[in-house]
Amino acid sequence: MGDKILMKGAEVIGEAAIKAGCRLFFGYPITPQNEAPAYMAKRLPEVGGTFVQAESEVAAINMLYGASAAGYRVMTSSSSPGISLMMEGISYCAGSELPVVIVNVMRGGPGLGGIGPSQSDYFQATKGGGHGDYKMITLAPTNLQEQADLMKNAFDLADQYRIPVMVLSDGLLGQIMEAVEFKFDIDPSSLPHKEWAADGRMNRKKHLINSLDLDLDGLERHNEKLQARYRKIEQNEVLCEEYSTDDAKICIVAYGTTARIAKTAVEMLREEGYKVGLVRPITLWPFPVNHLLKSVKNPATESFYVFELNAGQMVEDVQLVVNGTKPIRFYGRMGGNVPSPNEFVEKIKEIY
Amino acid sequence: MNDMKQIFKVTPLLSKTKRSYCPGCTHGVIHRLVCEVIDELDQFEKTIIVVPVGCSTLAIHYFEMDTVQAAHGRAPAVATGMKRAMPSKTIFTYQGDGDLASIGTAEIVHAATRGERITTIFVNNGIYGMTGGQMAPTTLEGWKTETSPYGRNLKKEGNPIRMCEMLSQLNGPAFIARTSVHTPANIVKTKKAIRTAFKAQINDLGFSLVEILSTCPTNWGMNPVDSLKRIENETMNYYPLGEFKKVEGL
Repeated sequence: MGDKILMKGAEVIGEAAIKAGCRLFFGYPITPQNEAPAYMAKRLPEVGGTFVQAESEVAAINMLYGASAAGYRVMTSSSSPGISLMMEGISYCAGSELPVVIVNVMRGGPGLGGIGPSQSDYFQATKGGGHGDYKMITLAPTNLQEQADLMKNAFDLADQYRIPVMVLSDGLLGQIMEAVEFKFDIDPSSLPHKEWAADGRMNRKKHLINSLDLDLDGLERHNEKLQARYRKIEQNEVLCEEYSTDDAKICIVAYGTTARIAKTAVEMLREEGYKVGLVRPITLWPFPVNHLLKSVKNPATESFYVFELNAGQMVEDVQLVVNGTKPIRFYGRMGGNVPSPNEFVEKIKEIY
Repeated sequence: MNDMKQIFKVTPLLSKTKRSYCPGCTHGVIHRLVCEVIDELDQFEKTIIVVPVGCSTLAIHYFEMDTVQAAHGRAPAVATGMKRAMPSKTIFTYQGDGDLASIGTAEIVHAATRGERITTIFVNNGIYGMTGGQMAPTTLEGWKTETSPYGRNLKKEGNPIRMCEMLSQLNGPAFIARTSVHTPANIVKTKKAIRTAFKAQINDLGFSLVEILSTCPTNWGMNPVDSLKRIENETMNYYPLGEFKKVEGL
């Protein structure tokens, strides 16, 4: 610990998970995240862990379900089409209140799409994705250091709230190399035993991990319990960065890779005297409503500009917060194309 | 009276919950056999059952051991995750033929070929029970169901699938057998096969599966006695009983 190591993004995910106390990885090959399972296949046996290459993403997420039901920290990583296949299993994890960590190194869609960076799975990640009323905590790193740091948040939050947590990376954050420092190194045996786990009933009552309830009132109560937990998460677990927003005439809203580019654009514009700021949600769900409301109420801020690598998904959450009080513009790139800071600079200058 | 000895008792591994299975259903017998074996092998407190989607989803309330309910067909993947996390525990799946032989074929084949140290109790009655009697991958030629109302036509609906024969071609399984519960003698044989299957897991020999031919009087439209006769007269002709794979040491 303490040293900076030059690593590839997908490998950072793997090492950070191990340092967060995860010793079980189940996954299936898909580009652009293949270095994550390859890293785990090599590294996990060195630390007494287990890697299994599943027969499909469908099987992989259900292996997570089983390992989580046993009370262990467990993860998978995949990319967009593979995440679609996991949606059934994620819904079951949500219903059965199982903590699991899923990394989505997003690529362009729909369908098989391409392998370039994209943010087109925002709706899927933040609005549920699978069937039923459920939520996933969704964490969106903007660089590899944060991608390392947030892996610990992911496992901690999953355990604390017994909820699936998704780390929403993308093809850029999966493939670039940067120097990172691992700020934690958790011994799994130091983690508290999960009292609810189905790990063999030694001198206690039976434990049941289950999402079925044929009693209508029973299932409604279960949903109410989950919703109450979601409200608590919305109150307590929001992460957001505000950058140069105090006097910003135009407030950019962007996350992940797009926010990284937008930040450079803000710096370039500021040098030329343009008053521009950035609100960067780090948790996409819970969405940083109160952080954004500050800019909504800021008399200096005249309008918002949402940048995404999709056709406009997070912009809908921004619209809900701004609620018609100020103009909102949107600019997105698709198909795996990544805009340059200059592209954002030009967009801002057009309307400044 | 002191010279009397107890030769039978109710297994403590089954709950006293009222069962929701239909009259004449053989799940009850199979549940009991599984519980007796786990008890006799002294595995009760280290065993976790993974229940499927189908009639036996109701088993979440019937077994006294720790229980995990899986998505439709995914029980072998869930059991894989559990066993890899807890190699010293005994993990088994309890699955019907729609769950295992249709939607869950990928999961069962790959758990078997990996040689996962899990046991599968595969209850085959040739029909979807919980959803009201639709054609299963195991439904025999000519059988009328909700979705094969003119009788299963092999040209249109394809052929019934024989899982034991398929899985026994793989190197991962240590024990693969098909039994039936249509007569007391066969019930005894079934219990013996279940015991061998669990021993394969406990002795770390490989994957194990027992397919048990069973009935569905409600959706077959037959009384329980005729249903049992149907196993003898029809089901067993296409699904022969026997041990398809048994490694040395079992």
